[in-house]
Amino acid sequence: MTEPLIALDHVSMVFKARRGGVKAVDDVSLSLEAGEVLCLVGESGSGKTTTGKIVAGLLKPTSGSVRFRGQDIWQMDKARFKAYRRAVQIVHQDPYASLNPIHTVFTILATPLQRHGMVRGRAEAVRRVLELLETVDLTPPESFLFKYPHQLSGGQRQRVSIARALTVNPELIVADEATSMVDVSIRVSLLNTLQRLRDELGVGFLFITHDLAIAKYFAWHGRVAVMYLGRVVEFSPTPALINDPQHPYTRALLAAIPEPDPDLTRRKGKLQLRSLDIPSLLHIPPGCSFHPRCPLFEAGLCDVQRPDLVPIDEKRLVACHVVARERTGTIAKHAASPVGISSDPVIGADLGEYGKESS
Amino acid sequence: MAAWQRSSASNGTPAPVLSVRNLEVRYFTRAGTVQAVRDVSFDLHAGESIALIGESGCGKTTLGLALLRLLPKGARIVDGEIRYRRRNGQVIDVLQLDQEEIRRFRWQECAMVFQGALNALNPVLRVWDQMLDTARAHAALSRDEVRERSERLLRMVQLEPERVLNAYPHELSGGMRQRVMIAMSLLLDPQIIIYDEPTTALDILTQRAIIEVLRSLRDQLDFSMLFISHDLPLAAELADRVATMYAGKIIEVGDVREIFYNPRHPYTLGLIKAVPPIVGELYDISSIPGTPPNLIEPPSGCSFHPRCPYARERCAREVPPLYEVGSLHTSACHYWQEVKLERQVVETGD
Amino acid sequence: MAQAARPGQLELAPPGLGQRLATAVKVFFRLLAHSKAGFLGFLGVLFFVVLALAGPIIVPDAGRPDMTKIYQPPSLEHPLGTDYEGRDVLKQMLRGGRAIIVVAVLAATLSTLISIAFGALAAYAGGWLDSLIMMLTDVVLTIPQFPLLVVLSAFVKLDRPWLLATLIALLSWPTLLRAVRAQVLSLKEREYVEAARALDLGTTRILFGEILPNMASYIVMSFTIGMTAAIYAQVALYFLGLAPLAGENWGIMLNLAWVRGAIFYKDSLMYILAPVLAISLLQLAMVTMSRSLEDVFNPRLRES
Ligand SMILES: Nc1ncnc2c1ncn2[C@@H]1O[C@H](COP(=O)(O)OP(=O)(O)OP(=O)(O)O)[C@@H](O)[C@H]1O
Ligand SMILES: Nc1ncnc2c1ncn2[C@@H]1O[C@H](COP(=O)(O)OP(=O)(O)OP(=O)(O)O)[C@@H](O)[C@H]1O
Ligand code: SF4
Ligand code: SF4
Ligand SMILES: [Mg+2]
Ligand SMILES: [Mg+2]
Repeated sequence: MTEPLIALDHVSMVFKARRGGVKAVDDVSLSLEAGEVLCLVGESGSGKTTTGKIVAGLLKPTSGSVRFRGQDIWQMDKARFKAYRRAVQIVHQDPYASLNPIHTVFTILATPLQRHGMVRGRAEAVRRVLELLETVDLTPPESFLFKYPHQLSGGQRQRVSIARALTVNPELIVADEATSMVDVSIRVSLLNTLQRLRDELGVGFLFITHDLAIAKYFAWHGRVAVMYLGRVVEFSPTPALINDPQHPYTRALLAAIPEPDPDLTRRKGKLQLRSLDIPSLLHIPPGCSFHPRCPLFEAGLCDVQRPDLVPIDEKRLVACHVVARERTGTIAKHAASPVGISSDPVIGADLGEYGKESS
Repeated sequence: MAAWQRSSASNGTPAPVLSVRNLEVRYFTRAGTVQAVRDVSFDLHAGESIALIGESGCGKTTLGLALLRLLPKGARIVDGEIRYRRRNGQVIDVLQLDQEEIRRFRWQECAMVFQGALNALNPVLRVWDQMLDTARAHAALSRDEVRERSERLLRMVQLEPERVLNAYPHELSGGMRQRVMIAMSLLLDPQIIIYDEPTTALDILTQRAIIEVLRSLRDQLDFSMLFISHDLPLAAELADRVATMYAGKIIEVGDVREIFYNPRHPYTLGLIKAVPPIVGELYDISSIPGTPPNLIEPPSGCSFHPRCPYARERCAREVPPLYEVGSLHTSACHYWQEVKLERQVVETGD
Repeated sequence: MAQAARPGQLELAPPGLGQRLATAVKVFFRLLAHSKAGFLGFLGVLFFVVLALAGPIIVPDAGRPDMTKIYQPPSLEHPLGTDYEGRDVLKQMLRGGRAIIVVAVLAATLSTLISIAFGALAAYAGGWLDSLIMMLTDVVLTIPQFPLLVVLSAFVKLDRPWLLATLIALLSWPTLLRAVRAQVLSLKEREYVEAARALDLGTTRILFGEILPNMASYIVMSFTIGMTAAIYAQVALYFLGLAPLAGENWGIMLNLAWVRGAIFYKDSLMYILAPVLAISLLQLAMVTMSRSLEDVFNPRLRES
């Protein structure tokens, strides 16, 4: 059996905070095949960026394992780890913070090329950099070579960031809100560029966004994982998720999003939530963390037992007692962990040897 | 004689509460003169909600600030008229008001919730103190009156007055702060409220709460709304009419359904095609080529011509006027007849 | 620069070092000229540096003592009057800058180097190394610096410039180190640094290629601040007579003027005032110059 490119296995990340720990990622298991597009959606603070950094090996999870082609990255020898590092690249959200202001586009792109011996000599570096600029649709590439980041627009900077990620021929790009900070009118062309990389270079994407419309467009042939307070609550192929959402939270999200169509949006049935406020990560509700807001809430069940992410059919996983019962007749019970563990800010026992954060 | 009087008389509708004609706003900067608002004219009628949409930097905020004469240093209204009709029918010229009058005009007649309002509350004052300060600064109200009004308004925006009034801003979530700002804008019962990006930077569920609050407020109270957004779905959701802005100009105005189903300006069309609906099939989406214009030297003729797929030679030469393209629908495009929205379904859902 | 920003222009050859240097110098002057105070400061510093280097060459010796000319008022022959031994004050002024400035530059260089090296190391490595360095820093920081200098001067004969410089530097690095560490810590979290880590560019390159260059203005400013501190420390040592009064410099002049009672003669006002003024002006020039340096290093500001 072939191993997935990246697999997260029961990964949790607890940040030390002044008052106890912040469980930014809570027991997440995901896997990504080579060339696959996986979208991570969720609201602010749901742990998307943290998960992305864990996938890119920039953060070491406090528990659980991250495997690259079957090998635990935090147990690898140095050479393997470096190879993995290069195979997974990251493109950040903020086009103004992701490029070093003191370097020209050429320096930004040539440095990794030269460092990893991918080009010999200056002429070849220039040639390859021009090629990369063209790949990300910065044309004519010559005019961008010796520009400083501040001489570029937000969209152009984002393209340089993407080109930089491509220098090391990655297999997976973690795109963290890579399109959210550029204007609507430019966003689509940026997405198209990314889509072309996927189609032509076979690069896989962990595409992080809070915008379901973008997720739908970019990952139509892929899957979407919906995160809420550090946990994945629904994991489905994109068309199914968009048009037949299962988890009450996903349903609420989809019902809440205004549509760019006056009739449609005013007709759309709105799901009534029981509370508007997102709980703090320092006080995650016990049982299902969505229960204080969930319209399907069942007392005595949802507020005591944490629902596991369980399959409800061949393709879809949902973490909800009520949905699981309706679809499969059993309750999504979390067997391994005692009731209400997620409300406890400090998880002592299972930190083990992962207790220390690495850099 | 003035255009605003004529237009109201001719089509029989009641005169607008706010009537803007040929407004020109410039920023005088070291790099040059930024023509942030160019020849903008529009009417806002009683009880109506207009959405002003357009990409970042096209001058939306500047227009909003100009209406209240709240422009920062270095910016000036160099031309145009802003007429406001009081509830008693008296029409005033906003640009002629003196300092004291304009202060009363703000909040009492026309309030604005600023872009980035999340940080607009004073962090060291309790919400109640800020409510009181605002009310006192702009109108003669007793403490009890302010108390009574703020409690009523806070309940309308679905907040608990007891808790919120005694809270410091940092104790409230972003959505709660935004709702406080909305309640505050209504404190002096203005006829017009300008909301600049009321939902930007808020989560989807919070955005939804704000939308519902605004909608129910409009049902219960009597005010007109001008809201500024780069978010098309928000306009579809809340607006009666939509005005598209590009490079400092209003280039298309029409009824919300007209604009979304029958846009007649290539730029509006481009925006709509860049933002697909969420539910349902996968539509073909496309972006507007090129980059936003430079407002120091806006392109000649139709400012959209460097990016416009319909552009012809004439477009670079001749500034298009606002053509009547339908009932109460105008578009500043020479070739508006050719512009037509067709959505293409790429694939249907499973 | 304007021509670089124009699109469509083909410039494949990267600018050579000479060309880049020339541009840098041009930009430097343009920006300095932009802020008038900064430019004046720059001219002032330049003046003092030239003075320090050329003074002793222009005036090969300060003249012999002449008991008939003690404490003379300014005159054409002696524009700043004479001192307690009847020597010309102006000549001493011209010769007395070098020692002070050389020691200040040495001390500032040394303390800047120490703080950058260890500050960056502490911030970047983190863990026990960070704790160790910070502990040391705190220890040095809590020692009252000038009194220690005074005590040390009783044991070490501070007759060599480098010795004096080292001593001053050893006491002045902690504040700068803390600041450097804080800066590196914040720059380390920047997204471009994270990207560099993902690209496996290596610690050295990340530190020297991505982080430190972004601190250039900061480092230069700290350097000037280090220099001003070193100048004050020296002058104070000389004035209090804690460093050997060998040779000529403004600090020694001040000491002698004070000790030999020049202050009681109204004719020798300039004798006392001259070194004080020179020192103050130099300090003022450096502070105003360093203020405007930020613009010089900010690529964003190079545009306008
Ligand atoms: N280095 C850190 N130290 C402490 N807490 C952190 C750290 N990084 C993230 N967090 C916390 O972890 C939680 C999840 O953060 P994360 O950035 O992963 O969310 P996100 O889903 O990416 O949100 P957004 O949409 O706002 O980017 C947040 O509450 C955040 O404050
Ligand atoms: N204080 C100012 N000084 C000089 N120019 C300014 C100033 N404020 C805005 N501008 C310029 O005026 C133009 C219009 O800006 P404005 O803030 O009105 O745009 P906007 O449509 O509100 O954009 P956004 O969606 O980003 O808020 C922009 O080109 C901007 O650069
Ligand atoms: S488990 Fe209960 S509270 Fe949680 S989403 Fe399902 S129904 Fe709602
Ligand atoms: S006038 Fe010409 S350039 Fe302007 S929008 Fe119409 S077709 Fe395009
Ligand atoms: Mg994030
Ligand atoms: Mg704005």
